[in-house]
Amino acid sequence: MDILYFAWVRERIGRPRETLETDAATVAELVEELKGREDRYAAAFADLSALRVAVNQELTDFDASLEGAREVAFFPPMTGG
Amino acid sequence: MRILIQEDPFDVGEEVSRFSAGHQDVGAVVTFTGVVRDVPEERLKVMEIEHYPGMTESALAEMAARAMDRWSLADALVIHRYGRLAPGEMIMMVGTASKHRKDAFEAAEYLMDFLKSRAPFWKREITARSAQWVAAKDDDENALKRW
Repeated sequence: MDILYFAWVRERIGRPRETLETDAATVAELVEELKGREDRYAAAFADLSALRVAVNQELTDFDASLEGAREVAFFPPMTGG
Repeated sequence: MRILIQEDPFDVGEEVSRFSAGHQDVGAVVTFTGVVRDVPEERLKVMEIEHYPGMTESALAEMAARAMDRWSLADALVIHRYGRLAPGEMIMMVGTASKHRKDAFEAAEYLMDFLKSRAPFWKREITARSAQWVAAKDDDENALKRW
């Protein structure tokens, strides 16, 4: 599964993307798994209310299933326009 | 529908002319252009815009298609830039063409409201003193509720 990070999430984690094998069934489980890896992940995911998530390039929420997920992206609230 | 996500500047006049031409039964064209605002106290040097290639294209196309469904529009246009922009440069524009102005105005506002908080762009302001990600505003999120 490809995991992408944007804006300050990318900066905090220190990379724009990575590929990993995971058994996580939901986004929330994936987040827990990532948080357990290193402090920088724990710091980036400390406050989920400050984050948004997209699965296969569609906005969703942290309870979403990862069934069929090829790409998961984490980023702050968007500031377009 | 014309959706452009690009690093290069665009010419508003040219885009409006192109967008307005070639439609029959159109009595109203509304366009909105967003400009990089200076931060006078801090002297903005550059605004950096990051986006999510792939998702940006699909999110904007979906948003424009929803506007076309909901209002009586002959056409919709969305241009959004990314990369490094100087104060005064144009960041983005939306255009809507309709038989009557009410649909054109409302659909343009709808597109703007969705671009603000549902299109995967992130702005960072770089001044002489600091580089800061622009925080999302509650007002922008609340603006979506009316649609």
